[in-house]
Amino acid sequence: MTKPLEVQGLGYRLPGKGKGETGNGRLLVHEVSFTVGAGETLVLLGRSGSGKTTTLKLINRLLEPTVGEVRVAGERAADLPVTRLRRRIGYVIQEVGLFPHFTVERNVGLVPRLDGWPPPRIATRVRDLLALVGLDSDTFARRYPHELSGGQRQRVGVARALAADPPLLLLDEPFGALDPITRVELQREFKALEGRLGKGMVFVTHDVREGLLLGTRIGLMLQGRLAFLGTPDEFRRSEHPECKAFMAAA
Amino acid sequence: MSLWDFYARNSQEVLGLVGQHLYLVAISTGAAIVIGVPLGILLTRRTAWRGPVLGVANVFQTVPSLALFGFLIPLPFIGGIGATTAIVALVLYALLPIVRNTYEGVTGVDPAVREAGRGMGMTDWQLLTQVELPLGFGVILAGVRVATVVSVGTATIAAAIGAGGLGVYIFRGVAVVDDTLILAGALPAALMALAADGLLGVAERRFAWRGK
Ligand SMILES: Nc1ncnc2c1ncn2[C@@H]1O[C@H](COP(=O)(O)OP(=O)(O)OP(=O)(O)O)[C@@H](O)[C@H]1O
Ligand SMILES: [Mg+2]
Repeated sequence: MTKPLEVQGLGYRLPGKGKGETGNGRLLVHEVSFTVGAGETLVLLGRSGSGKTTTLKLINRLLEPTVGEVRVAGERAADLPVTRLRRRIGYVIQEVGLFPHFTVERNVGLVPRLDGWPPPRIATRVRDLLALVGLDSDTFARRYPHELSGGQRQRVGVARALAADPPLLLLDEPFGALDPITRVELQREFKALEGRLGKGMVFVTHDVREGLLLGTRIGLMLQGRLAFLGTPDEFRRSEHPECKAFMAAA
Repeated sequence: MSLWDFYARNSQEVLGLVGQHLYLVAISTGAAIVIGVPLGILLTRRTAWRGPVLGVANVFQTVPSLALFGFLIPLPFIGGIGATTAIVALVLYALLPIVRNTYEGVTGVDPAVREAGRGMGMTDWQLLTQVELPLGFGVILAGVRVATVVSVGTATIAAAIGAGGLGVYIFRGVAVVDDTLILAGALPAALMALAADGLLGVAERRFAWRGK
């Protein structure tokens, strides 16, 4: 069976100082390789600025890789039209990015609508998804994002990413902005969801505990490279200084 | 003669001038929207053009209106004495606020919202029409409001080049030193500006999504 995600030798260099270029040619991501199977969650752990978000954006081509290959469900990402690729990848960002002028219902149904699903099918799907993330449809479907709490918004963000049933989910610090109690609650629910959904997930965090709880594997990023890749247990026992630094912080 | 007597005796003429004035403002603002909104959108997609285009629009704004009317008169097709010249000048004035606010309305959308939209596979057109324009609509309307209010005022000067409008009374009043006559033109123009400001202001608040 093809895996939801295969990443091989991925790299990204900022544009140089040439004409019309603003960057300094710095290497933001270098030689990153990993695979994510169905039902697996790869946690990308790392300090601020280590290249976690950049790696996610290279996968859904919000940034174009300068080197390396990404395959989503067996297909080369570079060969797919970019909008088609992205509609197969659920994407949850830290700031959630719900559309403020859309109701919860329309936010969640966005990708199915882009893909031209018939409205009754979208409506059913939205109800199911809201239930899945623990939100009552009758209460929340018609609300606008500004009428939700931060935790509820995150739930809607996850529901939206799942809407078109993508094989792969990218989550960039989805619980980062929540209070510790809500955060633990959502982590627990997410843990239960992971097994049921059977999707491939890449979950970015800088919280080791969250990573060890949710990851089937941990990838530790350090200055744009994958310094460590292994199971949570291997991570705990690792002698790599950066792993130890993170374990000490747990 | 009091203002009210004047209006009572000249009601036909007054209504005619108010009509002309509305016509000048409506046509010029309409044209400025049709040109300015797409131009503003274009600038969000071609940011390198932003400086030059806004710069040129700015220059038109800084030319005194009477001088701009004067400059346009000798030009072929768009120039000459009459309403066409006045409308061209009014469009040039109205462009800057509309282009600038369209640009700002579209680029002012929360980057997280834009990134989420792109990340979920919206095309640039979908992002523009379903996200950026609806969210930026209040700001674009604010530009239209400013353009309209300025237009109502500037259109009074159009009388100087034979385009009619309420400026006819003002110029005549200045020429014969008659305050009532000046007021007869200025008062309806001021009311028109206030009405446009009020109505568009209400619409604008209705569409202000930001900050919610
Ligand atoms: N467009 C850009 N231009 C220049 N530098 C960039 C750009 N985007 C990211 N960077 C740099 O790339 C590095 C990696 O950024 P990235 O956002 O991937 O970090 P991160 O691991 O997600 O960090 P955080 O935990 O703070 O979100 C940082 O040093 C950042 O400053
Ligand atoms: Mg990040």
